Amino acid sequence: MFTAMSALLIMGLILGGGLGLAALYLRVEGNPIAKEVEDLLPGSNCGQCGFLGCADAANALAEHKADVTLCPPGGKSLAAELADKLGVEADLSDMEDTGPVIAFIFEDLCIGCTKCMKRCPTDAIIGASKQIHGVVDDACTGCKKCVEICPTGAITMREETSTLQTWHWPKPDLPLAS
Amino acid sequence: MKLFKIKGGVHPKGRKELAAEKPIAPIPLPSLLRIPLQQHIGAPATAIVEKGDLVKKGQLLAVSRGAVSAAIHAPTSGKIIAIGRFIAPHASGLPAPTITLRPDGKDEWADIPPPLDPFACEPEEIATRVAASGIVGMGGATFPSAVKLNLRNRNALHTLVINAAECEPYLTCDDRLMQERTAEVLDGVAIICHALGVSKAIVAIEKNKPQAYEALKTDVKTQSRFDIQIVQVPTRYPMGSEKHLVQALTGKETPARALTADIGIVVHNVATAHAIQQAVRHGRPLISRVVTVSGEMMSQRGNFEVPIGTPISHLIEQCGGFIGEPDRLLLGGPMMGQPVSSQRAPIVKGVNGVLALGKKETPARQSMPCIRCTSCVSACPCGLVPYEMAARIRADDLEGAVEIGLLDCIACGSCAFVCPATIPLVQYFNFAKGSLTAKQRVAHKQEETKRLIQIRDARMEKIKREKQEAMARMKAEREAKKRQKELEEAAKAAQEDGQSEDCSEEQARAKA
Amino acid sequence: MSSIDIPSGPYSHSGASIPRTMGLVLVALLPSTIFGFVVFGWPAIFLFLTTVLTAMAAEALSLKMSGKPIAPFLFDGSGILTGWLLAMTLPPWSPWWIGAVGSVVAIMLAKHAFGGLGQNVFNPAMVARTVLLISFPIQMTQFLGPQPIFGADAPGLLQGLGITFGGHPEIDALTSASLLGSIKTQLGQGEVLQQILSREFDLKSMAIGLAPGSMGETSALLALVGGLFLLVTRVISWHIPVAMAGAMIVLSGLFHAMDPGQYASPLVHLVSGTFVFAAFFIATDYVTAPGTPVGKLIFGAGVGTLTFVIRSWAAYPEGVAFAILLMNSTVPLIDTYIKPRIYGRTRKGDPIQYKDAEQGDAG
Repeated sequence: MFTAMSALLIMGLILGGGLGLAALYLRVEGNPIAKEVEDLLPGSNCGQCGFLGCADAANALAEHKADVTLCPPGGKSLAAELADKLGVEADLSDMEDTGPVIAFIFEDLCIGCTKCMKRCPTDAIIGASKQIHGVVDDACTGCKKCVEICPTGAITMREETSTLQTWHWPKPDLPLAS
Repeated sequence: MKLFKIKGGVHPKGRKELAAEKPIAPIPLPSLLRIPLQQHIGAPATAIVEKGDLVKKGQLLAVSRGAVSAAIHAPTSGKIIAIGRFIAPHASGLPAPTITLRPDGKDEWADIPPPLDPFACEPEEIATRVAASGIVGMGGATFPSAVKLNLRNRNALHTLVINAAECEPYLTCDDRLMQERTAEVLDGVAIICHALGVSKAIVAIEKNKPQAYEALKTDVKTQSRFDIQIVQVPTRYPMGSEKHLVQALTGKETPARALTADIGIVVHNVATAHAIQQAVRHGRPLISRVVTVSGEMMSQRGNFEVPIGTPISHLIEQCGGFIGEPDRLLLGGPMMGQPVSSQRAPIVKGVNGVLALGKKETPARQSMPCIRCTSCVSACPCGLVPYEMAARIRADDLEGAVEIGLLDCIACGSCAFVCPATIPLVQYFNFAKGSLTAKQRVAHKQEETKRLIQIRDARMEKIKREKQEAMARMKAEREAKKRQKELEEAAKAAQEDGQSEDCSEEQARAKA
Repeated sequence: MSSIDIPSGPYSHSGASIPRTMGLVLVALLPSTIFGFVVFGWPAIFLFLTTVLTAMAAEALSLKMSGKPIAPFLFDGSGILTGWLLAMTLPPWSPWWIGAVGSVVAIMLAKHAFGGLGQNVFNPAMVARTVLLISFPIQMTQFLGPQPIFGADAPGLLQGLGITFGGHPEIDALTSASLLGSIKTQLGQGEVLQQILSREFDLKSMAIGLAPGSMGETSALLALVGGLFLLVTRVISWHIPVAMAGAMIVLSGLFHAMDPGQYASPLVHLVSGTFVFAAFFIATDYVTAPGTPVGKLIFGAGVGTLTFVIRSWAAYPEGVAFAILLMNSTVPLIDTYIKPRIYGRTRKGDPIQYKDAEQGDAG
């Protein structure tokens, strides 16, 4: 009885002490996951999440101070990835999954004010003063900054349509095989 | 010749008797030809004609762009009435850049390049001619042929294999071509031999085409320039898969992620050999091809010489339409063919068949769960475990599927063909491959986005700095002017009042 | 069902289907089954019907409970096959509830609790047999010698009903142990194997099946006929039966050579118990066997080895069921490590490299 108790006690002390020392000497400065999270984020620093930029948002996410659904341009797929990375359960059912969206400018309404051009974080809008602007689809990240600033409401977001190059077969839907 | 075993494979019903006895027949020109700018693997061609242009038969419509691409020519004379987007002959039914040509009915040839004497000219000249003629692999893969001819610069080649296996059920276009244009085909084989710089060629024909075999066998005796062997290979799908055909003929496996050229062998389709012969001997670009029209629901079946760009509906009309509503309308064979999304889509260079299959031929059954019967494992010619890959893909574990060989899958469909649970295995694999590509694309875009942002930030920084500098400069100028003025004033004052000279100078220095 | 669209190719199919495969297995089972009916009479027939019908009912109930469509699964043949196989492994004059409980265990516990068709880790019939053997050791070892259906002493139709459904007190008088059972007991009593065998072992009657045993397993020859039919129709491959028999022959041969007084010869092992029947019909069960030829060889050899070990040294006289269940649990492991070689790659998965890539002619 006494031997067993003392053995457990000594073991507890050694192991606990070891853990304490490890916490002291092997401490990791900063949160390494923040960097990994930042790599997942779009990196356009659009600010829609309410943080100053993607790096800031990544820090908040890593410290579990922000929701994984914070990033509208990333959409549902990014939220799922973030939840996976951070090991949190996320309710993604409310999130509307529009798929990736890109900006589209109605040429009739555009007055060529260049406001959107200046605002675009990726230089995805081309044009010049007093000329109709256009969107470079490949460069647009769907951050919606241009939509907010357009004085004539000429910009909307549309879903990225697939082309022959991007189309692929959908996943089979088999009711019986599950 | 000694043949070697290939792993797996299946024996679908050939059904070639439906069209095998029908000679190649021409069809009348349709009222409009829709010529897509991308009928090949690689970059789309760039149109060099404009709306309203009048073109002649064989005239260049679009030039190839980049290393892997192919030129496109006018299949007949007529007027370009549109250059825009039109439904592509693709499962998705999405539009693609397309030139629309209205034939004028005269079918006048343009000035086509003069005939080449293939064995007198340099191999490079043949490759250049083949590239200029827009020839692509006509077995369905549509890889630009000239690129393959130039492989001699990259690899030490020793053998040319001509793929005349035609292992897909129903299709008979290559069979007919070999029977009816035997001399041209063999001439084409010899030309490719010369272009590749090899002395040996093997023409591989499946055993279910004895007439084509005999025809070639007889005709090959008349030529002696190269060592051309006509070889019968077992009738087994997918014998026509390039790497498996090479294995059956030579016993050598092509290493994963490599080309057959890496083991010294180049494979060309037999129809490609014919097209190359036409281009070299007659200067004719690839503007038409032989297409098999078959299937239970077709009222007339046969093999037709179809101008590129002919709407599928036109070809079907020429065959008397359907007997009944087809269960499936396919481009290509039933194993690897693509469903037709719209009959308005055109016939392109890679289309070897139009099949209207009835219910009896294409049993659509409900998919059941996998019972791990491992039929797919035995059928897979690539040594994969299809049921396991599909299970991983179904659980969204795409990386897991890649680990067990997804990227080595050639999508031949043998697994799905034998699956007793009718699980659409190929669709799982196509979906997974497509999603992985899409993911890569997204990752690439993210990289690009970051780069763009950095550029923009740098530019903004620069503008800001420049502004600041400009402002600082302006301020300095202003200061300088002010000082100048003060100095002048001081000097004036000094002149006026010599006694206060020291004092004003001090003041000016303090101000500066 | 043609409204179900499979959009992607291939648009041609071999015609294979799950019902067809299962049907072929049932056809292969017919010789053994009919022989069992003839030899063991009406009680065997009633027990068989009870077992199969309960299996179907359990299947339907499970499908309903899990919210799956009933018709396609109930008639895919897997449920009836499980019940049928289970019936074949039962002592032929067992009371009806042995068959019923066994079927419920097989279908609901061993199959649907794992997710239904194709999802189970263990062979349902063998799970049921093992559960029954452990729970009802007396009923499950009450074997009896042949009672040909129209023989003089055989129970008639009504008497047969009585035996299966009424409880039959006199059955004890008729029962005898199976060969493996009596070997085990008498070896335990210190007898020498040769003596036991000279008294009880008759190769001919064992091979044909005129010996005490389970309903469908006594005849090694008819099981072999059914198995060969499955091989010819390519429902199963040769790997598992051959590996199983091979392992058994090698091991029992080795030990028999060392001590014939203790260890039976390979022949005795092969024809006794359920060995041949299990080698063709149970161990080859798709769902619970490995997916590759090499994996199947390993699996079969494992079953053969474990069967010999259990028969020779464990408490139970017959070990096939335990051996199969044990090897079933190793299947995921086997499937993880044993994969076919991918075209163009070495076994390790690296692309093939030729020493002399630019060699001369290869044809």
